[in-house]
Amino acid sequence: MSKAAAHAAIEAVARHSYGRLIAYLASRTRDIVGAEDALSDAFAAALERWPVDGIPDKPEAWLLHVARNRIIDAVRRQQVREKSEKALLALAEEAQNMAAEQERFPDERLKLLFVCAHPAIDPASRTPLMLQTVLGIDAARIASAFLVSPSAMGQRLVRAKAKIRDAGIPFRVPDPAEWDERVSYVLDAIYSAYTTGWESLTDVGSTHQALAAEAISLGRTLVELMPAEPEAHGLLALMLHCEARREARFTASGEFVPLDQQDTSLWSRSMIAEAESHLRQAAALKRIGRYQLEAAIQSIHAARADTGRIDWAEILVLYEGLVRIAPRIGSLVGRAVAMAQAVDPASGMSALEEIAVSQVATYQPYWAARAHLLQLLHRNEEAREAFARAASLTDDPALRNYLFKRSAECQ
Amino acid sequence: MKYAILVYQPQEAFDRRDSASIAAGKAYGEALQAAGVLVGGAGLESPKSATTVTLRDGKRHVQDGPYAETKEYLAGFGIIDVPDLDAALEWAARHPAAAHSSIEVRPLLGSHFLTAAGAAQ
Repeated sequence: MSKAAAHAAIEAVARHSYGRLIAYLASRTRDIVGAEDALSDAFAAALERWPVDGIPDKPEAWLLHVARNRIIDAVRRQQVREKSEKALLALAEEAQNMAAEQERFPDERLKLLFVCAHPAIDPASRTPLMLQTVLGIDAARIASAFLVSPSAMGQRLVRAKAKIRDAGIPFRVPDPAEWDERVSYVLDAIYSAYTTGWESLTDVGSTHQALAAEAISLGRTLVELMPAEPEAHGLLALMLHCEARREARFTASGEFVPLDQQDTSLWSRSMIAEAESHLRQAAALKRIGRYQLEAAIQSIHAARADTGRIDWAEILVLYEGLVRIAPRIGSLVGRAVAMAQAVDPASGMSALEEIAVSQVATYQPYWAARAHLLQLLHRNEEAREAFARAASLTDDPALRNYLFKRSAECQ
Repeated sequence: MKYAILVYQPQEAFDRRDSASIAAGKAYGEALQAAGVLVGGAGLESPKSATTVTLRDGKRHVQDGPYAETKEYLAGFGIIDVPDLDAALEWAARHPAAAHSSIEVRPLLGSHFLTAAGAAQ
């Protein structure tokens, strides 16, 4: 066994099974830090042993066996009560049985996702926690994607993991009574990873772009773990529809291109097809939700690739539904724009003016939408100001340039 | 795992206390007991009745009033023994004061050593 082959095998296990290994260990001890430490010891042991002994038949079971021994040692050192020792011995036995028998160790990643997005965890920590524990992304990379210093992100993650352990947050799949709410926290955390990866895309190959890919990978994992949850399919469909347009969002020289003017030949047909397939699967489950509606809106935009037109009336219907179940500012703004296109600019403007100005003072899409509608209404002076205000609220240089250009055009 | 359920209320809530709210608190305690999760607990008199003691450089200082002047004061506490945070939060949400006060749920120190046992069940 060459050293290189052993290293490649270890990397492959880490890439494919990291989240499952952490989830399995942590779900039995409720201690993510302890599970991470034990697993990293196990990987270190593999680096030492596998080049000499060869790659074990069941690499994951081998790693779990080493990791649970580390956990038991660590707990013995802390001299905790007999009661918890019994539980750890049960864990040891379970790990041993898995090594001996054919069965693959149970997949506890769903429980881990619910823990990461538990309402008792600070919402700002939920997405980073998922990225780190389920996908194994290191804190420094997560920090750069979220525009915080590595040490601040490290602290945030440490605090969240300590809270899970010390507060006794259970690793379990929620009851039907709380299912929808708890699922929505998981979906929101994954979508937040996607939008963080989406907002600044001008530098190709950046951490941001990688983060969008990781979010989609989490979305796929979620669909695999809860195939009967329509909103999981809806979220994945939404992310895939947006991702399909990545190449079309900017010109070769880096200028921003709004959705309705994008060159549809640059859209990824395969991603659109995958998104549509998930939307159909969601529809078959017959329970509508926020993400399915948002994905359906994107699906209508995607249809322009075939029909050459945008069915704004249908988009308006979907926004009406979205506003009813999730009256977010973004949905209210989207509805107003759809109304301007489907009915007339004045109706769109009055829908926009129903939103309290205090709620949108720093919300860039509101000011861009407002400016656009003002321009349609030939209120050029106000439109010019609104575009400039929108431009000053974005941190994306390409979008800022585009909005300033629109502002200058309002003469 | 053992958790403290800490009820915080503004001064007005203490002033407004009546027989109905006291009866509701008592019924809540009985429900905890009936479920076999109650370790102990009590409602507290108004912070106006509080006295604060500190020891500095070996000298005892006694002062009228609660530890800190805040918007909300500790109005009662319960200690419960339940499997995990979700169960504790469920009990906290059932507290009669939950609709108008804040209920803080906090594990007792050292209490999480039991969780590994809970998780293996």
